[in-house]
Amino acid sequence: MFQQLTASLLTGAGLVNSSCSVTATDDKREKKQLEWEEYFKGNYRLMSDNEKQDTVKRLERLYELNNGNHASISSEQPSENVLFGYAFNISKCQGYMDCVNACVQENNQDRNSQMQYIRIHEHQNGQINFDLADDDFYHEVPAAGHFYIGTQCFHCENPPCVEVCPVKATWKEKDGIVVIDYDWCIGCRYCMAACPYDGRRFNWATPEIPTEEINKDQHYLGNRLRKKGVMEKCTFCIQRSRKGNNPACVDACPTGARIFGNLLDPNSEIRWVLDNKKVFRLKEDLGTEPKFWYFMD
Amino acid sequence: MSIIIQFVKDGIKSASSGNKTYHLWMGSLTLLMILGAYAYSVQLKEGLTVTGMSDNVSWGLYISNFTFLVGVAAAAVMLVLPTYILKDIDFSKAVLIGEGLAVSALVMCLAFVTVDLGNPAKAWHLIPFIGLFNWPNSMLSWDVLVLNGYLFINLTIPFYILYTKYIGKKPNEKLYFPGVLISVFWAIGIHLVTAFLYAGLPARPFWNSALLGPRFLASAFAAGPALIILALEVIRKYSEYKIETKTIRKISLVVTVAAQINLIMLFSELFKEFYAPTHHSSSAIYLFFGIGDKTALMPWIYTSLALNIVATIILTVHLLRNDLRWMNLALIMLFVAIWIDKGMGLIIPGFIPGSYGDIVEYFPSWVEVFVTLGIWAMGFFIFSALIKIGIPIEIGKLRFQKKD
Repeated sequence: MFQQLTASLLTGAGLVNSSCSVTATDDKREKKQLEWEEYFKGNYRLMSDNEKQDTVKRLERLYELNNGNHASISSEQPSENVLFGYAFNISKCQGYMDCVNACVQENNQDRNSQMQYIRIHEHQNGQINFDLADDDFYHEVPAAGHFYIGTQCFHCENPPCVEVCPVKATWKEKDGIVVIDYDWCIGCRYCMAACPYDGRRFNWATPEIPTEEINKDQHYLGNRLRKKGVMEKCTFCIQRSRKGNNPACVDACPTGARIFGNLLDPNSEIRWVLDNKKVFRLKEDLGTEPKFWYFMD
Repeated sequence: MSIIIQFVKDGIKSASSGNKTYHLWMGSLTLLMILGAYAYSVQLKEGLTVTGMSDNVSWGLYISNFTFLVGVAAAAVMLVLPTYILKDIDFSKAVLIGEGLAVSALVMCLAFVTVDLGNPAKAWHLIPFIGLFNWPNSMLSWDVLVLNGYLFINLTIPFYILYTKYIGKKPNEKLYFPGVLISVFWAIGIHLVTAFLYAGLPARPFWNSALLGPRFLASAFAAGPALIILALEVIRKYSEYKIETKTIRKISLVVTVAAQINLIMLFSELFKEFYAPTHHSSSAIYLFFGIGDKTALMPWIYTSLALNIVATIILTVHLLRNDLRWMNLALIMLFVAIWIDKGMGLIIPGFIPGSYGDIVEYFPSWVEVFVTLGIWAMGFFIFSALIKIGIPIEIGKLRFQKKD
């Protein structure tokens, strides 16, 4: 009630505000009006289907005004009987980093700060000790006497990052993907402190991507363009996975170390891995129940 | 209504008049605030990238100061409790100062949280019913509630007492006593909730300790009253407000006991971290010994430790504590020690090493330093103005006069 009241009041004020400025061109005026309405919209999770359509239309139009071409922003909902899970084959990963590059391109991450969702840790044979592993290597791979483990957001069933958010800007969707409403995040970074897996990234400055490199196939909760001062993270490429495709990292991996699928489908590859391999997860003692398993051949 | 307008007018007049030293003091504070505002404008334009923070150390100087100042705000209770509930009149003259300090510290707290936000334009999402409030799950939503509530209590009670005195009446105890009682529990609440904000994160073993809350209280009840005593000394030197040495001695006893308890807890923590170090001790190892060539926090923690121990010894020895010069020195040392301890000794090392053992160090940038100085200046500015209004009313110099 309160939200609707304030929203409609402020939309009206915005209309007055933008239509009263005589100097602005039509495009500028439209942009101002759209930005005004966007500023006062509610949390995505509480929007009706119509409201979701409206904000998507506004965002698409804003994208057009800013970049001069069209991007499609989906608001596709989770499907029934789908719960996404991921498995990582430590024996197969060779540290090529193709997954990292594919992820950056797919998800429109800031190029200036070289933001990456995936980290590849180079371990020395003989122990799995992340303290001694190198996640910033720059040499020919695979290096002799080493093996590789990738980490990213694990989409925990019991995500501590979601609990701590003071404004419910991040939550777990029905298909198990932990998402962020970039337009609702206030940038307090409490989720970042709460995540034990370094799964979250913050836009310390305005993210920049060359226009020709922008992936225009976008999702509201996924790879649409972010602003400065908000959180973002891996969404299992929600714009792809909700259409039944693999995340970009899975498709990019040249060694087949990455396996993704529906945990509720008994015939899926991920279920085969969980049923037939000896799997483990990181920091299981914290009780976060990651949906990201490791195994070896 | 016109009386209230007159009250505000008289208040502003009283706060803006004083001798040269006072104007110089307020002028320098204003200068610092302007510098801080400029630094903040740079941060607003460029984003938090102009700070020293990173994806590894994602909270820095701002949240450190916030944490420390919540303690200072909570400390007002150490004066309120004996005065209103135990009826110890020796404390009564200090209560108003304590509450003024609480208000200033709270405003600083809220300012520090606001400047730390990456997207302050959307801060309205935090307003209950208008935004979307993750209560009771998020400790940060609790903190927003208790801090604003405490600010409200500490504004209304002194306002009521001063206002009734201003119009020449005696404050009705039945009216303000329940508020006082609530504020005592509330004060403990604000600092415990702030401690739980960190202690509730298993991802950061350095903070994930049951001792964090109690230790926050002990250190706060040392640092807060220490600042109050120092303020009282300045006030009784420069104003007609008579504060007896007896009052100061009593408060210094509070500081001493709190400092002793704080030290015991500190040693208990050190024992746990270093007697049988585990993987969870790596933040403490980094803090006290450095890891590899990464040793940025060592000078801070040893300064803090040394100041803390020396100050507590001085305060513990009656002979030294009863000499006001020694006592003041000890109080300053203690205040600085606890300030370092809450920031460079707690918030920063909580993030180092990172989730996978990587060590990225943190140094505040000039923007952070200036914004921080600006907010501290704002706190002192508000405190000075409040005291300038409160004292003339307390000593009966400022009263409502009907204009003809």
